[in-house]
Amino acid sequence: MKFLDYAPAPESQALLGLKTDYGLFINGEFTAGRGTPFQTINPATEQQIAMIATANEADVDAAVAAARHAYDGVWSRLSGSDRGKYLFRIARLVQERARELAVAETLDNGKPIKETRDVDIPLVAAWFFYYAGWADKLDHAGVGPNPASLGVAAQVIPWNFPLMMLAWKIAPALAAGNTVVLKPAETTSLTALLFAEILQQADLPAGVVNIITGAGSTGQTLVNHPGVNKVAFTGSTSVGRAIARSVAGTDKKVSLELGGKGANIVFDDAPIDQAIEGIVRGIFFNQGHVCCAGSRLLVQESIHDDVIDRLKRSMQTLRLGDPLDKNTDIGAINSAEQLARIRELSELGQREGAERWSADCVIPTTGFWFAPTIFTNVSTSHRIARDEIFGPVLSVLTFRTPAEAIAKANNTPYGLSAGIWSDKGSRILAVADKLRAGVIWANTFNQFDPSSPFGGYKESGYGREGGRHGLAAYLKPAVRTGSRSAAAVHATPVTKKSTSAKKAAK
Amino acid sequence: MTSSPLATYQPDQRALALIGGEATDANLRRYLHGIPGIDAVGLEARAADLGTRSIKTSSKRWAIDTIIGLIDLTTLEGADTPGKVRSLVAKALVPDPGDPGCPRVAAVCVYGDMVGTAVVALGAAHANGGTEGVNVAAVATAFPSGRASISVKLADVRASVAAGADEIDMVIDRGAFLAGRFGQVYDEIVAVKDACRRADGSMAHLKVILETGELNTYDNVRRASWLAILAGGDFIKTSTGKVTPAATLPVTLSMLEVVRDWHRLTGVRIGVKPAGGIRTSKDAIKYLVTVAETVGEEWLVPHLFRFGASSLLNDVLLQRQKMATGHYSGPDYVTID
Repeated sequence: MKFLDYAPAPESQALLGLKTDYGLFINGEFTAGRGTPFQTINPATEQQIAMIATANEADVDAAVAAARHAYDGVWSRLSGSDRGKYLFRIARLVQERARELAVAETLDNGKPIKETRDVDIPLVAAWFFYYAGWADKLDHAGVGPNPASLGVAAQVIPWNFPLMMLAWKIAPALAAGNTVVLKPAETTSLTALLFAEILQQADLPAGVVNIITGAGSTGQTLVNHPGVNKVAFTGSTSVGRAIARSVAGTDKKVSLELGGKGANIVFDDAPIDQAIEGIVRGIFFNQGHVCCAGSRLLVQESIHDDVIDRLKRSMQTLRLGDPLDKNTDIGAINSAEQLARIRELSELGQREGAERWSADCVIPTTGFWFAPTIFTNVSTSHRIARDEIFGPVLSVLTFRTPAEAIAKANNTPYGLSAGIWSDKGSRILAVADKLRAGVIWANTFNQFDPSSPFGGYKESGYGREGGRHGLAAYLKPAVRTGSRSAAAVHATPVTKKSTSAKKAAK
Repeated sequence: MTSSPLATYQPDQRALALIGGEATDANLRRYLHGIPGIDAVGLEARAADLGTRSIKTSSKRWAIDTIIGLIDLTTLEGADTPGKVRSLVAKALVPDPGDPGCPRVAAVCVYGDMVGTAVVALGAAHANGGTEGVNVAAVATAFPSGRASISVKLADVRASVAAGADEIDMVIDRGAFLAGRFGQVYDEIVAVKDACRRADGSMAHLKVILETGELNTYDNVRRASWLAILAGGDFIKTSTGKVTPAATLPVTLSMLEVVRDWHRLTGVRIGVKPAGGIRTSKDAIKYLVTVAETVGEEWLVPHLFRFGASSLLNDVLLQRQKMATGHYSGPDYVTID
């Protein structure tokens, strides 16, 4: 036998008690949706996991009304420390049910259990713990003393990190005192609905979080709803643009976290073995379904051949297959639609003259799969160097000098992430300073932490999530209430900032 | 830099070509400092990631038997006696008295003065450097500190080889390495390698102990690994087991990366031996995974990978019994030595 053909090590599904049908979570209870239900499938087997309800306009109305009622009646009146208690409780419940959530996420999304177990779910808990701590410290969030919440937040999240994106959205919104209507992506609603059960367990007041499911039109109805004060969206740039257009002229506050075409820059003095691992992690983590993926490798020309040789060797050790197997590195592509897009762009790359190489791995017969692939001989003018592929496909370009690396890295309409690999600290700082990207990693890639703000430049969106900056997206400066006894405002020395904050409040 | 008693030994010409001249401190420094650095955080993350592989059922059974066949069963105590060494040899030959199908270990590892005893105790089972049977490895060169004159170190090696040692585990001069006297470290390894020559012209296998716990940084470990291989070591070994930390997974991973790169460069396969601190089957399996996914599973053979360990064997035997019977026994069901 070959040792490297590790015997199957599947994670047990015994913990999961899934229902066959899921309704909408409105006002603290599951209710049937009034639209036509749809099935959610396991992308690794194409088998149905459950039926999911569709929210129509009336359901969206009901959800927004429930959120408004909860905001006016309960949540906005609760003290910060009491809101924090609920968030801590949610965080602990996520930890207690971590294994179950990881298995459900892997089933529904197709990503390997290794990632849901070690990355997604621990980060979900971390996000709630982090923002739980903020709930009673909002004076320090950077929007002036005694800041006010916005009201009802409409949140629309993508399918690549379903539960993690939910946490990124819900945790800061609740900590800041807002109530929420959230719509998960059509193909990955399952863990959001399990999360709704956790909210029931946590005894969160009814209506504070409402989760409605459905296709893109449900999300559109939600963000356009006049009862919404804040729109937060993570997803494609085209949808983000449509949202920006639709909310223009309203007083809705918007944050958008959109696409990317991250540059991973490898200098000739890089710690080479770690750089190779970082390139692999940068583009093949989560099958490349990462908005901040390092999908453009910029490698110094003098080490190009060595890097590609090492990269190919490393890619040969990646294990593609059953996402529930604990040894799987590359899981399934989330949907047939996404797979078609990856194939289309890859074929285009070949036609444009780039050289395609894929790791030699056995592709399962059912489900949606794409072997880890790199393109060499890529020019900046190629579509595969410009368009976000959102799959396990890396485009390799070269540069000769730091100035050229910076120019090429910035030569994209996007600006979400970048990576720099060098042993020389001063060079890392100098290059990072000139890159127009929201997140820059040095000698690492795809690391996330709730205390670190995350967001984009240019067409990658606006607003920040995570850290103190992530709170600002859900707060506004103190509202003057007529009674002049707003002690916090009064006690603060008049600085330029607080004066303008008062003006804004008028 | 080349001290006179060492000048007579001939280093490998290919290594000199790589270094770009004589093995002087300056040439070696230029070469070793031209090797890409290591990012410690990334290396440790990679090792931790490899440690999460889940090795079950048939893979685990294969891993357990492979681990036993890769062990250098070791006793390196001041209190070692011929009786203790004979007992160790008996355990090496029959690790599990209850199961004749249990594989033998790769070698017994003893101090130089115990080589004769070990050879006699092995009798016909002595591999004599072959693939059948059990080898005798001797630690030498003023193990573990290496603080003795070169003539004493070489005499130590020659005596062990003459007594029948198949493998010599030498220590490098860490003081010289840390002081930047790379030429001296290099020349000593070349000289020890020469002392491994038997009367009939064949060579005892040379393992070069870097004592990574004293080198402190991964960059140092990587440079010392290259230095040992350039100088002609057949194996690079992490530790004496007398210094903490001894073998760790990240250190071993970084050494395996050097071995992989040397193979890419020259086509020659060098062995790796983590030693000290590996006590459980679970840990040992992580090493097997790391070897297989870094240099390839063809390295999982006794002449390319070893575990330097004393207590590991019993834990592996307990796991082996558990896999055969389906239930755990206890420490009284394996022999203490």
